[in-house]
Amino acid sequence: MLQDKDRIFTNLYGQDDWRLAGARQRGDWDGTAEILARGRDAIVNEMKGSGLRGRGGAGFPTGVKWSFMPKNSDGRPHYLVINGDESEPGTCKDREILRHEPHKLIESALIASFAMGAHAAYIYIRGEFFNEARHLQIAIDEAYAAGLIGRNAAGSGWDFDFYIHRGAGAYICGEETALLESLEGKKGQPRMKPPFPAAMGLYGCPTTVNNVESIAVSSTILRRGASWFSALGRPNNAGTKLMAISGHVNTPCVFEEELGVPLKEIIEKHGGGVRGGWDNLLAVIPGGCSVPVLPASVCETVLMDYDSLRAERSGLGTACMIVMDKSTDIIKAIARFSQFFKHESCGQCTPCREGTGWMMRVMNRMVEGRAEIEEIDMLEQVTRQVEGHTICALGDAAAWPIQGLIRHFRPVMEERIMAYKAAHGGGRITQVPLGIPVAAE
Amino acid sequence: MSAHSPIDQIEQPASFAFDAESEEQIAAILAKYPPERKASGTLPLLYVVQKQMSRQTGSAWVPRVAMDEIARRLEVAPIRVYEVATFYLMFNTRPIGRYHLQVCTTTSCWLRGSDDVVAACKKATGISGFGQSSADGLFTLTEVECLGACANAPILQVDDDFYEDLDGPRTIELIEALRRGERPTPGPTIDRMNSAPEGGRRTLTDSPAKQG
Repeated sequence: MLQDKDRIFTNLYGQDDWRLAGARQRGDWDGTAEILARGRDAIVNEMKGSGLRGRGGAGFPTGVKWSFMPKNSDGRPHYLVINGDESEPGTCKDREILRHEPHKLIESALIASFAMGAHAAYIYIRGEFFNEARHLQIAIDEAYAAGLIGRNAAGSGWDFDFYIHRGAGAYICGEETALLESLEGKKGQPRMKPPFPAAMGLYGCPTTVNNVESIAVSSTILRRGASWFSALGRPNNAGTKLMAISGHVNTPCVFEEELGVPLKEIIEKHGGGVRGGWDNLLAVIPGGCSVPVLPASVCETVLMDYDSLRAERSGLGTACMIVMDKSTDIIKAIARFSQFFKHESCGQCTPCREGTGWMMRVMNRMVEGRAEIEEIDMLEQVTRQVEGHTICALGDAAAWPIQGLIRHFRPVMEERIMAYKAAHGGGRITQVPLGIPVAAE
Repeated sequence: MSAHSPIDQIEQPASFAFDAESEEQIAAILAKYPPERKASGTLPLLYVVQKQMSRQTGSAWVPRVAMDEIARRLEVAPIRVYEVATFYLMFNTRPIGRYHLQVCTTTSCWLRGSDDVVAACKKATGISGFGQSSADGLFTLTEVECLGACANAPILQVDDDFYEDLDGPRTIELIEALRRGERPTPGPTIDRMNSAPEGGRRTLTDSPAKQG
């Protein structure tokens, strides 16, 4: 497990001064100009060498993403856009960076912008994080006043401006192209790709969109070296990661941990154990609601990293886990996600706009058991018809939790249906016409 | 997205003009974006309107005439502002109570008792359902999706502030305090430091910073 000496976010809980003076004491803004003096290619190569993978959920190598930006400007400005629209249910890690480590983020944004030839960075912060945005704005003002950003930022010779743009309550704006639309003052509806943002992003200019955490760790990686970072974790799953535990544990919290640590150990150490003891565990959703649920048997041994969770047909996602004990109505827990996705679908693509509502209504019946056994298969088929048939991944994200539920908890769903039949007049009664997908209502 | 009432069915003020405080904010906002990309100011200006309405009328909402004024300032068609105002949940296109109670009921909060928080909100305000305001006009209750503070679930957001680690009785206490005109300190309502575990930190214990 990770030791304090290897932690990047040393003021995670705001136990210390989050402003410039405190940040400097923790090592931020130390020799920033020297880091920039290494040059753009050296910085990108160091980031590639660190093995850092995107911390927002998709896990794409960050250094490689930076390298997609055009080497020379064709006259259009380049932009760094930081995704602080943290809205994935269960996820609450970037909030700690915004309110307690804002200078780590600003300094890293300067370095990242330099490495991609950008003189301006926008951070898109979800609207509900009003106080978090206020902290960051104070830190930005401090950084301008101290000459750390602005003209000749930190004495590096590079001009750099950093701006906050607040969202207004739309999960979809966490999707990078919807975020760009929103930043341009429009409804947050995802764009078709290609063109990718690196070619045509914000205002039609080359743009890289990175998660808050992916950016914020880069100053420390460049200071301590790629080899330090890549020595933590496991091959292809390098480094430390902000994680969180919510749900049925004794002490929910946010924390930084090494990748590749057993999930069970993490729950025991950081979460203070499952409420009622480990044997009372029902299931864990390991990284935000979009990744499929894991039954307790898998939680016994699985490691907390990208590849291990992928091998269990789930995913690391945001690494913010939701723990559920045996008192949980697992069908209702997943049905609530279906309600979430129905609420958050932007309405642009038919399979998602119609499918999320359809899935929600069927899931709500599954909670009651007011369904036919055959409808479980039909529901599964519908998730497959939504998945992969939309412009963005919201349709996929709506499908996966249901697929995970059916994969691991089908007997619970069947039992619920049989119990409903038994309570309402015997097993032969047909509650819903067979084979007709009007069963939604 | 959200269940907004049609704008036409709301009693709308006849005019709207930005006050001096808003004008100052608008100047700072428009400086963030390239001059030819003023439309980026749409969301920020909607917030400016909502705040001004809150200052002036006690109800944080965006009247239609204000949307027209934003369109004029940003040199976009009014429909571009209307569609944004109705797409995003946080813009209120109809009047709300002085205190906006936004309770998260998504799974992480639900697992830790958001049903009790909802029940307490209803009991303390007399509101019977989401989207409604209390008879005295003080409170509006809204069900919101994940607020992104799940390690401190369940959460009730009051206007801009998160009240965390709630239960039924503490929710009632909070609402009673608001009714008395107090603003309790936001954050955890139990003995813990922000998102650190209850009972004290288990990491960052050998850092020189003071213990929490």
